Amino acid sequence: MNLWFSEYHAPDVRHSLRVTRHLYSSKSDYQQIDIFDTPEFGKVLALDGNVMLTERDEFIYDEMITHIPMSVHPNVQDVLVIGAGDGGVVKELTRYESVKRIDLVEMDGQVIEACRTYLPENACKLDDSRVHIYFDNALRFIRRSSDEYDLIIVDSNDPFGATEGYFTREFYGICYNALREDGIMVNQQGSPFYKHDAEAMQRSHKRIVNTFPISRVYQAHIPTYAAGYWLFGFASKKYHPINDFDEARWKSLHLSTKYYTTKLHIGSFYLPAYLEKMLMEVEE
Amino acid sequence: MEKTELDQTRAPIYEALEKFREMRVVPFDVPGHKHGKGNPELTNFLGEKCVGVDVNSMKPLDNLCHPISVIREAELLAADAFGASHAFLMVGGTTSSVQSMVLSTCKQGDKIILPRNVHRSVINSLVLCGAIPVYVNPDVDRRLGISLGMSRDHVRKAIDENPDAVAVLVNNPTYYGICSDLRAIVKMAHDAGMLCLADEAHGTHFYFGENMPVSAMRAGADMAAVSMHKSGGSLTQSSLLLIGSNVSERHVRQIINLTQTTSGSYLLMSSLDISRRNLALRGKEIFRKVVEMAEYAREEINAIGGYYAYGREMINGDSVFDFDPTKLSVHTRDIGLAGIEVYDILRDEYDIQIEFGDIGNVLAYLSIGDRMQDLERLVSAMAEIRRRYKKAPDGLLSQEYIDPEVVCSPQSAFYSKKKSIPLQDSAGFVCSEFVMCYPPGIPILAPGERITSDIIDYIQYAKAKGCSMTGSEDPNINNINVLV
Repeated sequence: MNLWFSEYHAPDVRHSLRVTRHLYSSKSDYQQIDIFDTPEFGKVLALDGNVMLTERDEFIYDEMITHIPMSVHPNVQDVLVIGAGDGGVVKELTRYESVKRIDLVEMDGQVIEACRTYLPENACKLDDSRVHIYFDNALRFIRRSSDEYDLIIVDSNDPFGATEGYFTREFYGICYNALREDGIMVNQQGSPFYKHDAEAMQRSHKRIVNTFPISRVYQAHIPTYAAGYWLFGFASKKYHPINDFDEARWKSLHLSTKYYTTKLHIGSFYLPAYLEKMLMEVEE
Repeated sequence: MEKTELDQTRAPIYEALEKFREMRVVPFDVPGHKHGKGNPELTNFLGEKCVGVDVNSMKPLDNLCHPISVIREAELLAADAFGASHAFLMVGGTTSSVQSMVLSTCKQGDKIILPRNVHRSVINSLVLCGAIPVYVNPDVDRRLGISLGMSRDHVRKAIDENPDAVAVLVNNPTYYGICSDLRAIVKMAHDAGMLCLADEAHGTHFYFGENMPVSAMRAGADMAAVSMHKSGGSLTQSSLLLIGSNVSERHVRQIINLTQTTSGSYLLMSSLDISRRNLALRGKEIFRKVVEMAEYAREEINAIGGYYAYGREMINGDSVFDFDPTKLSVHTRDIGLAGIEVYDILRDEYDIQIEFGDIGNVLAYLSIGDRMQDLERLVSAMAEIRRRYKKAPDGLLSQEYIDPEVVCSPQSAFYSKKKSIPLQDSAGFVCSEFVMCYPPGIPILAPGERITSDIIDYIQYAKAKGCSMTGSEDPNINNINVLV
């Protein structure tokens, strides 16, 4: 069989994966959900035709969005995770004993159900007793909270569809308000390479800079995302991602990782010149 | 009867245009862009499908000035859907519907009874025809600083004092969603031998939604100007003029043809046709959803604290006889910001454009085009604005309604000899032009009214808060035209 899944990374660029089996396809109230099997990347979750995760490279995303803030903040107890219905981020978070509570807000319950069934490796920790799942719009959920979380992880889809509200100034503002005085917010920040993505990245970076006193961008290599090059935003009320990074403390936890290292932690904040320039343009 | 056999699943203008498109007619007539081929940049921008039906009147497509085939059928279908004796498709905005309504009923020197918080298009039509306004003071909600509807007693008094008036005009509803007791006013007008006209620029959905305030046609009013392009979903500038059985269709057609274009746009007309069909078939469900969204947003905004998103609790049986549940009006003064300031912050900092902000309120316009996730953004942005900007409301003006003194008719003031003087020195003079904040476009001063120091203070305050002022010759309103 010669069946291919293609995703547009830019209007004139496609990224294609050969598919061996289409395991799940359903239209929820919010989006089209598909899970299929591929020879190179294993099982793949796509929402509205955009790859969210593959079994092969999900570890990069989940580790980088989780361990970076966890190794900076000295005492994370209460965490809010937005989106992330696949369970990958929660899986990493539950490895920390200091974490007392993980509130997961996912607007589309059907994503969670599909992942539990077809991506059990990823979703396995969603049943941890510390995890509380809320099916709600994140803006609605967060604006009811104030001074409540140490860490907010925004694991959203891209800024052009159902989750575009998670890239707005009001969203970052209510996150700021929901964080404790030393809280950190980490978000997936898109890619700086293709024009459309780059502009969206600049817009959201500007909004974060206007909301948080500390705002830095870091990077990772993720093969199945646009250009294979992905950014994360580190926004914080108090801790600096490098100056307040406690390497020894993190190492003492003896967590094994496949992508994240303490050296890479620092390196991931050193950005290419064109990207530095793009960020500076909106920081002024 | 002809009307009972009408099929609301039809859209005659749309169908005729589709047929026209298939026939691939070679155009040796206007418009000169020739189905877009002569203007590739425009075609690229608007799309071939769109410019391909931007065509002239012709036999198979009827003629708006004298409809006998598909436009006529579309008008009959619209009349049927709105419960009117006849409906006119209008392409000059609801301004043209309002003008035609007033010009059909009033002539030079006739009196017309109306609330002062009418849209400028009403007073403009008085400039055109020379009728004399008899203003009924709308009640004012002191806390919100907004004009309400007309109370029955005030209308009764105006009718008793002006038995020679020819018509009573009613906002159904106001921009803020407030309705007067239209059925009672219709009866009072008819008993006194006057017509009752309704400005329903914000009332299209009253004809289709459930549990809505009464529509003008159902209340027995004689004419209604209906902005289909607002809640009805048609293109900007398209509108309907409805008439009841007391009004002559032929007379109104003649009045419309005095000022309406002879090149009526088929884009606008087909949008009216398709939107009417949509409302007739699905309107009930559509507006049920809009009301649900508005009720949800009201609850959420009121839960933030400081804001007051008002609704049916305003109803008092008289000057707020009913309230349009699709309207999302929010009083902002208690968080220490003028409505116009919240309006500006929403746009400048949150990329959210709302309908308008006045001194004490903002209004977000909800329609079937809205999504819950966008409402969550609006509510969250308002929560953020409160968190970031809340201050004591000291020094914020609350009172908005200023009782006008009409010295001469709008027409004679408009055409009289005048001079321009500094605004701050103009107290006591008679104004010869309009001054208003836009939107909502309700005049602070209309031609023929006495300028007072209260009015000058109000204009200067509104300017300082960032309201965009329109109507006067001097765009900055440092000077104002007054009668010599």
